[in-house]
Amino acid sequence: MTKSYEAIPLTPISSEPSTINKTGLWRVFYPVVDLEKCKKCTLCWKFCPDATIELVDGIPVIDLEFCKGCGICANECPAKCIVMVKEGEG
Amino acid sequence: MALTPRTTIPEEEYAYPGSTGCPGCGANLVMRYLLKGLGDRTIVTIPACCWAVMPGYWPSHCLKIPMVYCAFEATAASLSGIRAALDVRGETDVTVVGFAGDGGTVDIGLQALSGAAERQTDAIYVMYDNEAYMNTGIQRSGSTPWGAWTTTTPVGDAKGFKREPKKDIMRIMEAHDVPYAATVSVGHPEDFVKKVRKAKEVSGFRFIHAYSPCPPGWRMNPMKTIEVARLAVDSRIFPLYEIVNGDLTITRKGKGVPVSEYLSLQGRFAHLSEEDIAKIQIGVDEAFAAMEKRAATKN
Amino acid sequence: MRKVMTGNYASAYGAKVSRAEVIAAYPITPQTSIVEKLAEFVSSGEMDAKFIPVESEHSAMAACISASIAGARTYTATSSHGLTLMHEVLIWASSARAPVVMTNVSRAMAPPWSVWVDHMDSVAQRDTGWMQFFCESNQEVLDTVVMAYKIGESRDVMLPAMIIEDAFILSHTSEPVDVPDQELVDSFLPGYDPEIKLEVGRPMGFGSLVRPDQYMEFRYKAMKAMDSAHERILSVEDEFKRAFGRSYGGLLDEYECEDADVVLVVAGSAAGTAREVVDSMRSRGIRVGLARLRAFRPFPRDEFRTLAKRVRGIAVLDRSYTYGAAGAFYTEICGSLYPLVERPTVKNYVAGLGGRDITPGILENIFKDMIDTTERGEAAEPEWVDVEGLERRWR
Repeated sequence: MTKSYEAIPLTPISSEPSTINKTGLWRVFYPVVDLEKCKKCTLCWKFCPDATIELVDGIPVIDLEFCKGCGICANECPAKCIVMVKEGEG
Repeated sequence: MALTPRTTIPEEEYAYPGSTGCPGCGANLVMRYLLKGLGDRTIVTIPACCWAVMPGYWPSHCLKIPMVYCAFEATAASLSGIRAALDVRGETDVTVVGFAGDGGTVDIGLQALSGAAERQTDAIYVMYDNEAYMNTGIQRSGSTPWGAWTTTTPVGDAKGFKREPKKDIMRIMEAHDVPYAATVSVGHPEDFVKKVRKAKEVSGFRFIHAYSPCPPGWRMNPMKTIEVARLAVDSRIFPLYEIVNGDLTITRKGKGVPVSEYLSLQGRFAHLSEEDIAKIQIGVDEAFAAMEKRAATKN
Repeated sequence: MRKVMTGNYASAYGAKVSRAEVIAAYPITPQTSIVEKLAEFVSSGEMDAKFIPVESEHSAMAACISASIAGARTYTATSSHGLTLMHEVLIWASSARAPVVMTNVSRAMAPPWSVWVDHMDSVAQRDTGWMQFFCESNQEVLDTVVMAYKIGESRDVMLPAMIIEDAFILSHTSEPVDVPDQELVDSFLPGYDPEIKLEVGRPMGFGSLVRPDQYMEFRYKAMKAMDSAHERILSVEDEFKRAFGRSYGGLLDEYECEDADVVLVVAGSAAGTAREVVDSMRSRGIRVGLARLRAFRPFPRDEFRTLAKRVRGIAVLDRSYTYGAAGAFYTEICGSLYPLVERPTVKNYVAGLGGRDITPGILENIFKDMIDTTERGEAAEPEWVDVEGLERRWR
């Protein structure tokens, strides 16, 4: 929504967290974690480019509102407990 | 919080989700690890590059630290200005970072970089190297390696693919007698953060060369970003080392896997013949042997 | 304190008494003595500032911009090729709303190589969003640096300003200059305190990407700021006059224009010569005047309209040229006057390029030619003055 010239700063100074960008909408594949197989190694957390993974007791919780579905977590998971599933399937 | 990651990198995040970088973007990880190492008393200046777009459209900002945009060739000049302004205010403990892509560093930004390095500006300069002008759509830069396809080094005739070797920015920076210079990779976050912390403790001009895979530009599956980064180190095509006051130390030796394993993951090298790959292998072996030799002879 | 000094030293003293905090500069003839003097001030401790000896003018401006965004009062100086190298970042400065102050020693562009006065460098930066002040004397140079900070840093302006000295004629010519007392300047010009600055603890991105649906609003704001600058130039000068007893005629400095039939518009040091010529011609009963273009940006549109209602002819002297069109001052003045129902005759004289002398004889001949042109009432094409090979003699 275009804002009035009176309602904007002198120059574009950005201060809203980028969580206004729902990048999860870009996704073609989404990650599914098999919690039984998870070894809590945290590699998925470490390598997520978008910091969308939170660890709860060492287990990844992926924020699908922002996950772009790159699949790095699935590729790096040594326990092979993350699989990428096409949106609308599975 | 029961978080016990099997890693030495800090839990604290200085980046929000919602950056508009491509899926699997290496540059996002470079920033994420960099700030984990530096903390929040950091100001970053960013020129034209992917990272000028990645925070999102105004009013979106994807970092928990302040940043200012500058002109393409002006990163090192901009960081000099910020440093001076902070020094005037007595904020000498704040780390100033210039964060630019490879084109913005080794090509158009080289003059300002050389100037700031020669002046020993008290700041850290980070070049995230995705080996081409990626924000404009994969055009060759001085940092594109020999053999790579880009849109301005198309494959097809005798002139096809890039025929010039990658410009060695680390040697250029070393020639400026910078007190600290290091290569880091998103495939090795612990090594990355360790070096950043080390750089933070040094005063003067510090340079970090960060390996930053670009799935669209490298014609690669985005899930392979970390795998390809690790192969770059293991094949020794991108060795991890640091130079402290002239002394070079290799921080990850790598397993010495054939470069073909690294190259084969990326469509940008798909056209290379066996002879081409053999040529790359010889170059990599020679360069790494020379580096090992140098590392063995400390000042 | 009264001192005999060059225009360049007047610039340096202007930055010093204004308490510039970050100075980034690169040497170029004939600007060098400004940065030399400032480097001296900083190294002797007379000035509490950071001096960044950058490797190019582009970096000088880029460093000043970021320092300014980080809340520092900044100064730089350049000339000619240095200024034109800065072009990209000049636009950046005004768009980032960074109130940098810079002296440009106006010098010709190459080739042919020339280090002498010519306004092409400055005029070519017309559209960069900078305020531009052409100075006539060394005192005006110093005083305008001080005023420029106050104008540029006003919350309703927040734009950079360029102080223009003519190469050698001001830059290297000594005149008595009053260096105002520091205490007096301090009370006139408080420290720079922007509403928002780049600082730790405030996670913001300065200068983000903006969509087409929002870009114009930012540009409109800058346009409004330049309009505000017009008023600020006048009010700050009033205040300056009260504090220091000197003033320079606002945006358009009129001399003997009240009852003039024909006036000459000129910018920079040639105005001094023009005053002499006006006096001399008036002593012979010829009613001529001088309208010295002090501010090129913001452009004194309203001042010209008011002046045009009083005079029959306006001679516009441009010390630069826009090839394929005319002198920039001329086209801008014509543009300003077009909405008037009755307009004076306006003619363009291009003179003094690359340091060619603009002598009293030339100016008197321009006045005479303008009087003839006005009487004939005919449209007149731009005329190049004092060019060997042209039929007309002007000296």
